[in-house]
Order: sequence, then C-alpha cells, then structure tokens
Amino acid sequence: MAGPDAVQAPEPAVRLRGIWKTYSGGVQANRGIDLAVRAGSIHGLLGENGAGKSTLMKVLFGLVSPTRGGIELSGRKVRFGSPADALEARVGMVQQHFSLIPDFTVTQNLILGNEPTTRFGRLALRAAAARIQELSDRYGFRIDPNARVADMSVGARQRVEILKILHRGAEVLILDEPTAALTPQESAELHGVLRTLREQGRTVIFISHKLAEVIDLCDRVTVLRDGEVVGEREIGPEHRGPGPDRDAVERDLARMMVGRDLPAGPGRPHAPGAPVLILSGATDGGALAPIDMEVRGGEIVGLAGVEGNGQNELIELILGIRGCASGRILLNGTDVTRWPVDRRLRAGIGHIAEDRQSAALVMSMPVAENALLGYQNQPRFHRRGRWLSVQRIRDFAAELVRRFDVRTPSVRVTASSLSGGNQQKLVVGRELARRPSLIVAAQPTRGLDLAATSFVHEELDELRADGRGVLLVSLDLTEIMTLSDRILVVSGGAMVGSARPSEVDEETLGLWMTRGRTDRTGSVEAAAT
Amino acid sequence: MSAPKDPGNGRLRSAGPPDSALLPATTWSGRLTDALGGPLRNARNFALVLVAALVAGIPLLYAAGSDPLNGYGALFEGSIGSKQALAETLVSMMPLLLGGLAVAVAFQAGLFNIGVEGQLLMGGLVAGTIGAKLDLPAGIHVLVAVAGAMLAGGLWALIPALLKAFRGVHEVITTIMLNYVAFSVSRYLVKPGGLLVSRTQPSATELVAPSAGLPRIWSPTRLHAGIFIVVVAVGFMWYLVFRTSLGYRFRVVGRNPVAARFHGISPPRAIVQAMLVSGAFAGLAGANEVLGLHHRYFDQFSPGYGFDAIGVALLGSLNPIGVAAAAFFFGMLRSGSVLLQAVAGVSRDMISAFSGLVVGFAAAVTLVDRILGRRRRMRTGEGLPSPAGVTTQEGAPV
Ligand SMILES: Nc1ncnc2c1ncn2[C@@H]1O[C@H](COP(=O)(O)OP(=O)(O)O)[C@@H](O)[C@H]1O
Ligand SMILES: [Mg+2]
Repeated sequence: MAGPDAVQAPEPAVRLRGIWKTYSGGVQANRGIDLAVRAGSIHGLLGENGAGKSTLMKVLFGLVSPTRGGIELSGRKVRFGSPADALEARVGMVQQHFSLIPDFTVTQNLILGNEPTTRFGRLALRAAAARIQELSDRYGFRIDPNARVADMSVGARQRVEILKILHRGAEVLILDEPTAALTPQESAELHGVLRTLREQGRTVIFISHKLAEVIDLCDRVTVLRDGEVVGEREIGPEHRGPGPDRDAVERDLARMMVGRDLPAGPGRPHAPGAPVLILSGATDGGALAPIDMEVRGGEIVGLAGVEGNGQNELIELILGIRGCASGRILLNGTDVTRWPVDRRLRAGIGHIAEDRQSAALVMSMPVAENALLGYQNQPRFHRRGRWLSVQRIRDFAAELVRRFDVRTPSVRVTASSLSGGNQQKLVVGRELARRPSLIVAAQPTRGLDLAATSFVHEELDELRADGRGVLLVSLDLTEIMTLSDRILVVSGGAMVGSARPSEVDEETLGLWMTRGRTDRTGSVEAAAT
Repeated sequence: MSAPKDPGNGRLRSAGPPDSALLPATTWSGRLTDALGGPLRNARNFALVLVAALVAGIPLLYAAGSDPLNGYGALFEGSIGSKQALAETLVSMMPLLLGGLAVAVAFQAGLFNIGVEGQLLMGGLVAGTIGAKLDLPAGIHVLVAVAGAMLAGGLWALIPALLKAFRGVHEVITTIMLNYVAFSVSRYLVKPGGLLVSRTQPSATELVAPSAGLPRIWSPTRLHAGIFIVVVAVGFMWYLVFRTSLGYRFRVVGRNPVAARFHGISPPRAIVQAMLVSGAFAGLAGANEVLGLHHRYFDQFSPGYGFDAIGVALLGSLNPIGVAAAAFFFGMLRSGSVLLQAVAGVSRDMISAFSGLVVGFAAAVTLVDRILGRRRRMRTGEGLPSPAGVTTQEGAPV
C-alpha cells in the first residue's frame, strides 16, 4: 500500500469491496463483488437479467444495505443509510424505471423534495428553471425546463432523469439500463450527453445488457454473472470500429455474460406459404388508419414503431378486442372480422402480451391457474366434460415451468411471487404451447436474459420453420432486424413503410418510425403487403 | 397492452382503452379478493378475528352489566350446549350461509352485491306463493317452489347485472335501489287487500301446502330438511368457483378484467352470469326460510340476513367452506343471544354490536395482511409502487 506506485495512482472514484447481498428470500444477489471505477470514466456494468447489477448499484446508492462489504469514495470509507446520504456524497442513480411525475414540468420534478423558496416562502420556480436551463445547455441535454414531462418523448424523459441527479450535484452517476426503452436515435443522443459528462470530469456507471452499446460507450467493462464478477475488459478506440478487435471483445464479453458460446443468429431462406393473416383496409375507425397487411405461414413479420404509434391498437384489432369498423380480417382464409376473442384464439392465434402484469397474467392467482388462461374452455383440461381437472392443469403448468425454465418453487405460488423475467417466460411458454397458426408477439423478450431471449427466438424460429406465421412487434430494432423476413413500420396509426431486413439499416427504420416515410417513391415498395 | 401508455413521442397521444368494458387491471374489489387469498392464511385470520372479537367483547359485556365469564358461558350454552341449542344455531346459520355464498360468488367476480336482501325477499315471496297457490304432487311441489325462488332471485339480480355489464352503472348503487323496490313490492302484495295476502293472517301469504314444505328432521327442534340443501349448496358452490371453467372465469374477471379479455373471457358476460348465480342463491336462502321455517311468506321474515351475509362472506374469505364456518359462528351468536338475555341479562342488541365487531376485525385483518405484505415488499425493495401513471419496467425492452 505504501509503495511509491500506489501513491502515484489516483484513488478510484468508487471502490466497492467484497459486497455481499442476500435478500430475505435467500437469494444471493451479490456474492463478494469488488469493483473499482476510475474517476472521469464511463464504466460499463454488463450482465444478464438477474446477474445482480441493479442490486450492486442500489447498494452503492444506499437503497439496499449490503449483508457484508464496504464502499469507498476517492479512498474515503463511507456508509450510506439512504439515497439521501448517497446524494450528500455526490452519488446519484437513475433507476431502471422512470420516477418522474408526468403532470409536472421538468422544473417541478427536479426541485421536488428540495424546493427552493424566496424570502417570503414562495416557490422560487423561475430561478430554479434558469438554473436547470443552464445545466441543460452545459451538457447538451436539450431540455426545456418548463415542458410538461407527459408531453416529452421517452428519450427526453431519460435525459431529465439524469438532469435531476446532476441538479442534486452528483459527481458519480449511476444509470440502470437507461437505453432499454429508447430508439436508436434517442440512444445515440444519450451517448452524446454521457460523453460530454465524462469530458467534464464526471464519473458514469452505465448498466446494460446490450453488448454493442457498452463497447461503443464505455472505457472499461465489468461483467457480472450470478452475483459475481466474471471478468473485466479495458475498451479502447481499437475496439470501437468494426473489425476483428471488436468481434473478439464482443465474443469474449458474451461468453462471460452467458457462461457459454451463443448460437449464431438464424440465417435461413425465406419461402413463405399461404397467408395466415390478412388485413384489408381494416380499421377501428379511430386510432388506426385503414391497414393492409398480411402475414404468411413460415415467415416472421416484424412490426417496428415508436411506442404508442398504433401497435397496441393493431394487436387489439387482430385479436378482436377492438372492434373493426370497416375492412376485413382473414385468418387462414376465413373471415373472422366479426368473431369474438375466444373464437379467434381457438382458431389459432397466440398472443404474447407486451404488458404481462396487466394483460397476460392474473398476479394473485397461482402459476397453475395462470397457465390455464386462454385454455379455460379446452376439453383437455376438463374431466367428465364439466369439471376442471386440477391434476391436468398442474401437469401442464409444471411442463411449461420445466420446458421454459421458469424459476418457481412450485406451480401453486402466485404469479406475483415470480420475478419479472420468470413471469414473462411463463407467458411465452403458455402462448407457444398453443402451437398457433399465427402468433402475435409483442416485445416477447422484454425482461428476459440472453439465454432465455435466444430460447424465445429459437422457438419463434421453430414456429416459422413449422409453417406458422409470426407477427413480431418490438421496439428493439436489432431484434426485428435479426429475426424478421419482412419489416413493417407503423407510425401515427398507419403503415408507413415495408422492407426486407437486407434493404434497410436501423437508422433508416428509425427515421421512418419517427418522421414517417418520406421517400415513398424510393427503392422499396411503398405499401405494406 | 391496452392500459394507456406513456405516449412517447408518438402521434397517437391518447388512443385510450378501446371500449367500455376494459376496466382497470386492479379494481378495488380485485384488490379485496387478492387480499383474501390463501386457505392457510384464511384459517389463521379466521381464528384471529374470533379471538380478537371475544376479547373485545369483554368490556362490552361489562358495560352491559354482566360478568363476561358468565355471559360467554351463557352464549355457548345457548348455542351449542344442548340439542335444542345446536338445532337453533343451525336454523339461524342457514339463511346466513346461503346469503353468504351469494355475496361471496359475486365478490369473486369483482362485484359487490348488496342486493342479496332484496333478492332473498323476492325468492321468499315466490316460494311462498308457489307453495300456497299451486297444487302439485309432494316432492315436485317443493322443487318447483325452490326453483321459482331461485329464478326470482336471479332475475332480481339480473337488472343490476345488465346495467353494470353494458352500461357501466355501479352495482352497489343499483342493488341498493332494488332492495328498496323489493321491500315496497313485497309489502304492497301482502298489505290488506293485496294480491297475495292471506285471508287469516295480515301481512303474510297463506300457509304453504304440506307438499311444498321442508319437513322437520330432528324433533322436537325446528331443524328442517333445508339443512341438506345447505350442505349441497356449499359443496356445489365450492366446485363451481374452484373447479369449473365458469368459476375460473369469474375469478379471472374479478381479479384482472383486462387479462380476461385478452384471453377470450368476456367480462360483461361473466358479470351477468355471476350475478345470476348470486341472485339465485339469495333466492334459495329466502325459499329455505319460507318453506322450512315459517311455512309462509310474511312481511319482514328476514331481519336483514342479506346484509349480515356480507360480513359472513368477508369473515369466510369468500371461500364457501370459510363462509360455512363463518355462518355457523354468526348462527351461534344469534341463537346464543336468547340465553344471554335470559341468564346474564344482556340485551340481544348487544349481539348486533358484537357481530359488528367481528366484521370490523375481519376487515381489519385483511387490511393488516395487505399492509404487512407491502411492508415486506418495501423492506426487500421489490415491487415498490411506481409513481402514478408510470409503468414500472423491471428488465425493460431488450
Ligand atoms: N428485492 C428483492 N428481493 C428478493 N430478491 C431480489 C430482489 N431484487 C432482486 N432480487 C433477486 O436478486 C437477483 C439479482 O437481481 P438484480 O440485481 O435486479 O439483477 P439485474 O439488475 O442484474 O437484472 C435476481 O435473482 C433477483 O430475482
Ligand atoms: Mg436490473
């Protein structure tokens, strides 16, 4: 410790020593983690879902008290009892979920809990807004302090979250999966902001499970798996551009994250069969423009779009939850325009709902009864025609749990006691088990770790190989680009583009998504067919 | 899926939920039913409530000028201490139990049926009328009278059901209103000169024919064959709720109507079906009293069974077995109160206060469970409620 070299090396901005965290359920989320973060760097924290990244950072932010282990900031031992203590020590964290109040303006949100007042006790809003404007300009946030949060894009909200901890004086910024809900353009903008912060000497800890952006952005990456550090890599400029160096480090990191080599993405010929789903001029008469599209057997059609541009409405229209005001919907050649949901499901539609807690599961019911959802009228789960067979339902649920690796102590515990990723696995498993002729998959891999994600992708691919149609609705363009045979782009409730993955790149899709398509006469056919 | 989302920078600012029946994922009654889950916890809570109520009753008894030990002794003696007492307990239990089942099944589907009292009155009225006016062979006559009563109760519940399912009118309001309609209609029909009034007995219908009566089965007590109906009803309801597709659909709709719709379960339909079942059981409760106990319909034959049934359903955690246990307990209170008054000089009104205590504790225990559950989640930092309107995304889009 006392050697001349040790004196030379600057103390890391953050040093975590031997952090252990055992949750009350007995889950060991962190198992002796050591981490050193250089001051003025962007440090990546990479790992699959459940690796313990959030827990580790919650420890650093004082949200979770570690079972064992210590924290040092610039060589000084600290102990945080709450986020307030951490903020006092200039450590700030943006949680994985948004915490802004939509009805408030940026300024109102930022001063919340720490309201500046004038001498007479009035809120000093104007002065606060000016300070926020100044901060925003300095770091290139492009935020209007007087805008209402509800009116802002997801990307802008994410920047407001960061602005909020900066405003509290954070020198060390922890960002938990900040790009998870962003479009590529928004992500790029966020990266720009983070680089500016680094130039100005702030320290950023960037959590992600997206390899590519971690390599693009970070100076150093620590990989967690099962609560332990499994490796660290220094990332230099040589790794950023495409080339063998980048490929090598990507492969390395992926192997560390998953613990094994990942299968290569599916490369396959596209030979679609008969259409399983046809929409011709179908509209709900409100949010959606008349839609023409089709999904054929043996193909995956990716539907790209910014969240809230009609994807949900389209799915509801296809499922029959939303009435069809005009136009027609055909399933396997049969006109189902007037059919109720139940009948369409039985005719062969599977649906992986985007919001599992509100649309796909009944949280207070056992896993077994959740496995039954959508199958409640099927004879295979009944005895003597009338009674539900508890045994068969449990067997079916147990089978899903086994095949899809749902981590649960039993099929009798409620769905709410499962972690988010395991809930999603249960839903995906249940819907795939239908072997539907059309599966509508909305964000099917949201919240899944890499291994489970590739499993779902393989399953979708298998459905495709089996001659079934897949409509993949996703905000993740990489997922859409790698899986789809054709890509449709929706914007403002209308189809604005259609292309093959080989014909477009993510940037182009992103542009169509955000601005609608301008080059309607361009190389790609204009209408979505 | 269709919960209104953050608009993002999309152009469809507020497409909103598609149509009327997409209710919020967690309704208040859904939360109530959630809090009531888990048979083990239910049994424990049941015991807890009883003990708490018995303890809280001590000062009450003191205040009423009785020695608590003496009072409780009389209460138990008078409710289960003898053949006569036990039979009276069972007799008092029956309407509460059937009514409790009616309330519970509606709750399972997320509906607060406060109209059980009115449905029960209509059932009793129809059973009494069929029993008195029709001339049918023994056996058949009872069946027709019971079936008529269940139909009447079901139809009385159908009105609020349809209003709720297709117009979104809250069932609490409509069922309360229909209670008053039921009170007035039944009183009107048996008022002097009324259509159904008896020639010898004011404010009542004629005695039912013996062929329509439920026979006494444990002489010399008043216990009648309705007890068999009640036993079958408990088993039937348990199977319906937990072992049939229909019951499953009720429970899904009661807990998450959005998920229900996405999986081919129509909430309006389940609402109508659940209210029909609920009303039919309420009607059955009325028939059981009229055909088995009083052998005629008379005005105010129910001292508010339909309202007490709400407490019974809650104490029984909406589970038919639990409802049976709760109804037995309330039956004990009713039958024991006679001796309590005679021996310990405690007014029977005391028992109402005591029943209120039990219901209060039942509600409190549910609340405590919820709070404890939330505490646990808070402590471990999982599932914290997110600020209004913001969807929490653990493991957000990949
Ligand atoms: N509050 C909690 N209570 C119990 N277990 C938890 C809690 N939070 C996380 N876990 C568990 O700890 C492990 C690590 O979770 P987390 O730190 O959120 O991982 P990551 O952020 O890398 O996805 C997971 O198995 C998760 O289920
Ligand atoms: Mg996390």
